[in-house]
Amino acid sequence: MPIGAVPEELLAATERTVAEWFPFDPYRLPPLPMPAAAWQPERGQYESVTIMKALAAACPPDAARLLGLTTADIAIPMLSFLFGQAQFNGPIALVSVSRLRQDFYGLPPDGELLVERLAKEVLHELGHTCGLIHCADPQCAMSLSTHVGLVDAKQASFCAVCGSHLVRRLTSSNG
Amino acid sequence: MKNIWQILVVDDEEVMCESMAAWLREDGYRVDTASRGKQAVEMAAQTDYAIYFIDLKMPGGMDGIETLMEIHRIHPEASVVIITAYATVDTAIQAMKEGAQEYIVKPCNPQEISMLVSRIIKVKNLQRENAILRKKLTRQYNYRDIITKSARMQDILQLTQDIASLRSTVLIRGESGTGKELVARAIHFSGDRGNKPFITVSCAALTETLLETELFGYEKGSFTGAGAQTKGKFELANGGTIFLDEIGDISPKLQADLLRVLQERAFYRVGGSEEVRVDVRVIAATHKDLQQAIRDGHFRDDLYYRLNVIEIRIPPLRERREDIPVLADHLLERIAREFGKEIASVSEGALRMLMDYDWPGNVRELENAIERACVTTRTRVLTEADFAFLEREVSARRAWSVPAGVPLEEIERRAIIATLERTSGNIKEAAAALGIDRSTLYDKLKRYEITR
Repeated sequence: MPIGAVPEELLAATERTVAEWFPFDPYRLPPLPMPAAAWQPERGQYESVTIMKALAAACPPDAARLLGLTTADIAIPMLSFLFGQAQFNGPIALVSVSRLRQDFYGLPPDGELLVERLAKEVLHELGHTCGLIHCADPQCAMSLSTHVGLVDAKQASFCAVCGSHLVRRLTSSNG
Repeated sequence: MKNIWQILVVDDEEVMCESMAAWLREDGYRVDTASRGKQAVEMAAQTDYAIYFIDLKMPGGMDGIETLMEIHRIHPEASVVIITAYATVDTAIQAMKEGAQEYIVKPCNPQEISMLVSRIIKVKNLQRENAILRKKLTRQYNYRDIITKSARMQDILQLTQDIASLRSTVLIRGESGTGKELVARAIHFSGDRGNKPFITVSCAALTETLLETELFGYEKGSFTGAGAQTKGKFELANGGTIFLDEIGDISPKLQADLLRVLQERAFYRVGGSEEVRVDVRVIAATHKDLQQAIRDGHFRDDLYYRLNVIEIRIPPLRERREDIPVLADHLLERIAREFGKEIASVSEGALRMLMDYDWPGNVRELENAIERACVTTRTRVLTEADFAFLEREVSARRAWSVPAGVPLEEIERRAIIATLERTSGNIKEAAAALGIDRSTLYDKLKRYEITR
């Protein structure tokens, strides 16, 4: 589900990633307007807990997962920014592309790199919804990225351990 | 390992608590939240959290610093991280003075907080590992592991407790396998020196020169192969206890050196001219009759009196048969657990056999017998059949015609050779079969000039 306006190529790339790794049939919901209460004027960012709550309220009852995608820069009170957030073992996940863009860091835009980074973060946040915790393998999508360099260091795939956990989880009855 | 650690986030702002908790849960931690200082203190009384994240400014009674102080009253070692939105030098100083481990300003960089958490958890893991290892050590060597019902042994245990924190030298006498080292360890680990080194030296296992370098260390170049200065056991035991097993076997020269250490608490490394001072408690043990050795001129009487400040004589197992059932139970439980076998007990008949047997190798022999029975048994109860090898030993002893007029030493020498032949030179097995420990066997091999 796009939150506000999200470029088509990013939405399409996200659907491809989901279809490739998860047994879910991705479908797109109409865009959800960014909740006004999420705006934090003193930080110039959006507060992600409020967005997560709005996503939860908009989640269709038959949806296995609801993944929100936004171009807005998101954060929580404790942290200066987030690439994404997820309900651990829950249905809701959120990914922000704001800090995945090269132009955020004053570099020339790179659409291909952005799509690659987005895929990794989509796998990471959906992994959390399946009960995966952060992985010590820096190449695994479940490794914690605290800056964009670490996003680039990982692959758009799971390590053997996280992969097998994921399969077990998704093939069990409550997957 | 991560998920064993619990973290408490304390903030009056629900969004702050929930988002921080969610973020930490993604890292695998179990996270609780509290919106008031009082609630946090109540939760801390129930659970010892690995990390407490506490907001400095909270309305409704307790602020962050007060909460920190209360939690420290319950858990003096608690790792508290104070969070604030407005950094001021004064509050930072106050928080650190009250024992906060860290002080962070929100919002902070994800990398900063991730490193902070892993740094604290790394220390917690090491502390926990250390605590477990210490517990294992003391559990292994405390009085509870000396299993006894015998009144004589109870008196000995009382004595060891009374002398645990003294520095007086102790001489432990007893036959092989009676648990001299166990008593020495119990003295050490129950006393003030319990957290300091306990160093064991088997005096019978080494030649005079080797033993000298082993005990006192050596200077670089003091002999061929002495490449670097090396500390001896006395230096390694500094602050703690040195246990000199088979003290009756040391050479006259080493007896003189040892006497000097006991008198002056100082010695020279081999090849060295600098005096090394140490604070070491000496516990010595022997199965020999040292007074007889003095009369024979093999042991210095002045050293004997220095060593024999407190004497403990451990009775052989045959003189405290009441201990056999409790020891058998204890050993069975331990050995069965080690082997992963479900063996519940020793049958009445088997126990009668164990009670009737003389146990020349004492507790060690009993341990070996139970281990052997555990290996071979196919049932949940050890029966007489499982201890049939004891019968054979008893009858072998009975059937054995004792050659009259042969010096005892010769009989012992032949027995050792015969046993070594049977074990193909395996010292450990031979010592077990002979019911003596390895150091005693080494000593005898040396004395009788037997080569394997």
